[in-house]
Amino acid sequence: MKINMAKRDEIIELLEKTVQTQKHELFLAGLKTILLEREILTTEQISYYRNELETRGPLLGAKLVATAWTDPSFKEFLLRDPKAAVLVCLGLKINQGPEFWVLENTASEHHVVVCTLCSCYPKAVLGLPPDWYKSFSYRSEMVANPRKILAEFGTYLPRDVKLNVVDSTADKRYMVLPQRPAGTDHLTHEELQELVERDNLIGVTLPTFQDRA
Amino acid sequence: MQHSAFEGDRVARYAVGEPVKVKYLFPLSGHIRAPFYLRGKVGKIIRYYGLYSDPTDLAAGVVTPKTVGLYQLSFNYLDVWGYEIGNRKVEDETEIKILADIYENWLVKDEN
Repeated sequence: MKINMAKRDEIIELLEKTVQTQKHELFLAGLKTILLEREILTTEQISYYRNELETRGPLLGAKLVATAWTDPSFKEFLLRDPKAAVLVCLGLKINQGPEFWVLENTASEHHVVVCTLCSCYPKAVLGLPPDWYKSFSYRSEMVANPRKILAEFGTYLPRDVKLNVVDSTADKRYMVLPQRPAGTDHLTHEELQELVERDNLIGVTLPTFQDRA
Repeated sequence: MQHSAFEGDRVARYAVGEPVKVKYLFPLSGHIRAPFYLRGKVGKIIRYYGLYSDPTDLAAGVVTPKTVGLYQLSFNYLDVWGYEIGNRKVEDETEIKILADIYENWLVKDEN
């Protein structure tokens, strides 16, 4: 699926004209019409991209995590070649765009992900980021005052844990492989997946487990 | 100094563990991916990712964009922020690192 780049300047000119109206829904509808009329994109391409975005989400991340927790060789594979591991575990082919990458949280090292420049997020697997991820306050404060922001999410790390704030500034899109909570040895793969929440996957919160038995 | 970080068949200019400085430059144009708050700061190379298309060339629609090496760097929190941000005092945070991915054309050898 390649966009017709020869018409790039034309698109930019049209975009600049339309964006001045500030009416975003109108803008979107207009842009879509223009792109189709001028044969820059096809309807098939649009539904392909839309479908791609809508079928990605945190559940996929949770499945990767639960598999890594229960299978040490898969964990090693996921950290070494995330793209191939995603294909094997989820049957998902990441075709294009920035590369999906996984960072492991351990008892001595924690990673939390931010994009200070824009809102880069591992969309290819996790889908769209939460709105606060794109907010100016999260993006600026997470690098300047990470412990304060983590505390706002209810996350308190022991002082001897190395805290890495990962700014996704270039071609990698980072997902965090969280630590498996204690006391979860008896859980099934499905139950483990349910423990993993969206925000665990970028390290702003930690998966927790309370035994209801 | 010998550099020996390999990725496939390409040799990286900087080695893992080497201290490097992000250029203290403020170009007015270009799709710049070196964030302002890290410019002029010294970090350590922790990973070499290989060669990637130059983001400014890509953004400008250059048909055959030049390729540049991409590294993950680790910066000490205190080297980046010092002990104060504006009027606000920063805690002594020796255990915090900021990791960022910087293209080779934005790096220079740290001479200190």
